[in-house]
Amino acid sequence: MITKRIIPCLDVKDGRVVKGVNFKSLGDVASPVDLARRYSESGADELVFYDITASAEGRALFTDILCETAKSVFIPLTVGGGINSVGDFDRVLKCGADKVSVNSGAVRDPSLITEAAKLYGSQCVVLSCDIKRKDGEFRVFSKGGREDTGLEAISWIKRCVVLGAGEVVVNSIDTDGVKHGFDTELLDAVCRAVNVPVIASGGAGSIKDFIDLFNNVPEIDAGLAASVFHFGEIKISDLKKAMYDNGIPVRL
Amino acid sequence: MTAIIDYGVGNLFSLSSSLRSLGETVVITSDTELLHKADRVILPGVGAFGDAALKLQTGGMDKAVKDLASSGVPLLGICLGMQLLFEKSLEFGEHTGLGIIPGTVRPLEGAVPKDYKIPHIGWNSLEFKKDSALFKYIKNGDHVYFVHSFYADECAPYVTAVCEYGCKVTASVENGNVFGCQFHPEKSGKVGLAILKAFTETERSR
Repeated sequence: MITKRIIPCLDVKDGRVVKGVNFKSLGDVASPVDLARRYSESGADELVFYDITASAEGRALFTDILCETAKSVFIPLTVGGGINSVGDFDRVLKCGADKVSVNSGAVRDPSLITEAAKLYGSQCVVLSCDIKRKDGEFRVFSKGGREDTGLEAISWIKRCVVLGAGEVVVNSIDTDGVKHGFDTELLDAVCRAVNVPVIASGGAGSIKDFIDLFNNVPEIDAGLAASVFHFGEIKISDLKKAMYDNGIPVRL
Repeated sequence: MTAIIDYGVGNLFSLSSSLRSLGETVVITSDTELLHKADRVILPGVGAFGDAALKLQTGGMDKAVKDLASSGVPLLGICLGMQLLFEKSLEFGEHTGLGIIPGTVRPLEGAVPKDYKIPHIGWNSLEFKKDSALFKYIKNGDHVYFVHSFYADECAPYVTAVCEYGCKVTASVENGNVFGCQFHPEKSGKVGLAILKAFTETERSR
């Protein structure tokens, strides 16, 4: 039976892992390579590396870290951040990434999804969305949650799946960093709209939040979080054991 | 020494890294002479079947792979590399495969119930159908990582393991010295490494 995935996300800036609360006040955590190895050993099903660097030097440092990680961590790696062209896909895939997530780059030019899916397959193209409630609808925000794109989220996600996205990461800005649970209302709406795997992000504060996520939105394929794992508030091994005890299919 | 066939398809970084982490010597090559000198050979692959089959034909790599298979050298096809071992694929039209293992590659769409998502992405458990040299360090029910939208069908005599995804999906196959995994052992953590370790211990059949 297919299992529900637990995915730690590592936001990397200048070679270090960071995590912001509501995307602001970034705090330094640890060496990405060490953290990735530790997560893999404790049962993480997949890792997301998010490059939040803007400079060219930072970008080169990021691909070095990615290569280093892929040499010793043998679980799927998804890379996001600063993906604006198929050249960017190529750059990170060569360093051992399996999937590449597009966010602002796809908002600017949706044909990037189609182009990349043709070259690397849909399974390689992940749509990542930062979503916030505004004017009575779910709205897509870009540039790390700073800019309102004006796009209604559910129709945007549907469109991207038609264009070739093989998986969707839904990050709720409303619940991100607050640690009061995932945005089940938003996630349920996305799961009803598309038939590709959907990954929940934003709001995990406790093991119970994950259990509630998988129980309340059974179509969700994976739960993603950062700080609760980095700071050891949730041990992945404990989380997976709790999922198992609650009858949620899981890889132990 | 294990040779990974380089025919311009797929990401060989993780595969070579995982084998090297086991202490195996790895070459990535398109040189058929070198391939024939290898103790075992891996046919990787991601992407579209038609495109990959065409790339194999370029430079006669398709014939080289068939020769390798009949030479008795252990040959492992991974993901699309496994699918290419079959006679044909119905992925966007009909394409001819290598025909090393009898069978047809078909879309999961239509084969699995409607509420199952496609691609089949994630960790699924193996259900052994037969004993295999590749399973010597793993157990029935162990999880491995899948990413695919097409599956091998009409190949029952060669199936060594399946996984449950609304129907029984071919997870691995074996025909003499030729092995195939639909899943990615190089992305399947400890279980995947154990499968690769078992493969690096296989020997030429004559």
